[in-house]
Amino acid sequence: MGEYYLGFEKPIQEIEKSINDLKNVQERDKRIDFSSEIGELEKQRDFIMETLYKNLTPWQIVQVARHPERPLFLDYIRMIFDEFMEFHGDRYFQDDKSIITGLGRIGDQKFVVVGEEKGRNTKEKIYRNFGMPQPEGYRKALRAMKMAEKFGRPVLTFVDTAGAYPGMEGEERGQGEAIAKNLFEMSALKTPIISVVIGEGGSGGALAIAVADRVLMLENSVYSVISPESCATILWKNSAKMEQAAKALKMTTKDLIGWDIIEEIIPEPKGGAHRNYEETMAKVKETVLRHLSELSKLSTAKLVQKRYERFRKLGKFEKI
Amino acid sequence: MAWLTKPRYSVKKSENVKINEGLWRKCPECNSIVYNKDWEENLHVCNHCGYHDRLNAFDRIQTLIDAGTFVETFNDLVSVDTLHFHDGDSAYSDKLKRTMDKTKLKEAVVTGYGELSGKSVEIAVMDFSFFGGSMGSVVGEKITLSIESALKNKRPLIIVSSSGGARMHEGILSLMQMAKTSAALKKLSDADGLYLSVMTNPTSGGVTASFAMLGDLNIAERGAFIGFAGPRVIEQSMKQKLPPDFQTAEFLLEHGFVDMVAERKELKNILSFLINYLSK
Repeated sequence: MGEYYLGFEKPIQEIEKSINDLKNVQERDKRIDFSSEIGELEKQRDFIMETLYKNLTPWQIVQVARHPERPLFLDYIRMIFDEFMEFHGDRYFQDDKSIITGLGRIGDQKFVVVGEEKGRNTKEKIYRNFGMPQPEGYRKALRAMKMAEKFGRPVLTFVDTAGAYPGMEGEERGQGEAIAKNLFEMSALKTPIISVVIGEGGSGGALAIAVADRVLMLENSVYSVISPESCATILWKNSAKMEQAAKALKMTTKDLIGWDIIEEIIPEPKGGAHRNYEETMAKVKETVLRHLSELSKLSTAKLVQKRYERFRKLGKFEKI
Repeated sequence: MAWLTKPRYSVKKSENVKINEGLWRKCPECNSIVYNKDWEENLHVCNHCGYHDRLNAFDRIQTLIDAGTFVETFNDLVSVDTLHFHDGDSAYSDKLKRTMDKTKLKEAVVTGYGELSGKSVEIAVMDFSFFGGSMGSVVGEKITLSIESALKNKRPLIIVSSSGGARMHEGILSLMQMAKTSAALKKLSDADGLYLSVMTNPTSGGVTASFAMLGDLNIAERGAFIGFAGPRVIEQSMKQKLPPDFQTAEFLLEHGFVDMVAERKELKNILSFLINYLSK
């Protein structure tokens, strides 16, 4: 970790380079002791990091949400669950690798787990279609959720996608229908659903697994109706204006919590989730379990009714 | 050297035949000259090539609902600029005002109830001329209210879609309308209410990915563009040309996502037939 720096992280990169240089010298010659210098630099770095991350612009947050070292769904599977078994296929066409479904356990709590996986390196990214699901991915997700309903397990979904894949095959196989069907069925699923946006919440491709009782977002994740690039292309015929678009779209956690789009912002470790996987995972785990324990107190009828009301009230308008 | 001083002539393109705007019009598809009265009597469909031109919401309602029976509902809802969205040229709030003045509509959907061949129905009709028929909070709310009214009054529900998708000027709130409308349709469906979805040119994005695709029966109007992602986006990601009939009503019929493709003039009879068969 810590090998990739975003453009705005240059000051952090410089200090960390100095720290590493000093450490290297120390290692080569055990008689030299730079520990106080290193400590001083680390303090400086922490201060800069904190200041930078406290004042991120919306576009910078988009970059953090897409950071190449940010924990991905597979990291959560590996680190949050005590055990996990994947299952495959939508039973109609094929297995979509950009959505992973399976059974997982945290302590005594068994979950049906659904999530979008972008892939870490080039090979994985191609295998996972960059985390952009085809219709069969959403159908597999729904199959998993229906199973959760049948066998009385809560559903936990992890959202991380630029969006549903815009391609010819997807259109032929009903991308729109697949997403619509998930919204339709999830709205009345008779078991608790908790969704965590861990990176990018890209439009319908995200919502199709996030019609939940509780929608939680990691601090530096985003959730939007359209990507800043596409928005900039449409409005200004210039995808380079994504900074402006990111700001205009109000896609950060701070914007969204005010409109009741999400229930809770899960704070990230200093310098973003990618700088400390353990701390990120612990926070996510604790938050999810806390929300589940609240939801578990509700009867199924009440739970479904409350989920309906949760989405029913969303929207802003005036009466004249 | 007289040719040097000779005035130069260029071939002058003959001007397009000026047609008397009030009497005649040109079909945008086949360029045939059509008598305006025929155009209107033929429900804005070209009688030469069968091209289905866009209908505004009230004209559409006239083609479907028995004369004098339509009662508009929920027309007191108007959009607000929650995001303070500015597209570089103008603020969303200003654009809304201008669009309202221009279209004489308050939003991109007209909702109400009335009789279709003597049967009482709940109907919501989108209008593409208002912000490309895009779905923001008001469109989502009015459609949801219509669904709820259909449920409460036990009327069959008809939604005629025509939309570019979610309205980005309202950000995430637009996206949430997809969930809201779909959830309401689930309630209607669980109560065995009938919902007939009519997709007209164009039906795309977040509207396709929510209520438009959720009909007990999905009916597409002939030649309509229907899809999730726009063709330009797909061409960009595929780096190849798309086949000519891609994402048309006929393409969706072939792939099993609509039950039938209908001519505009048949639509009322089809809906009436379905309601007679399926409505309780």
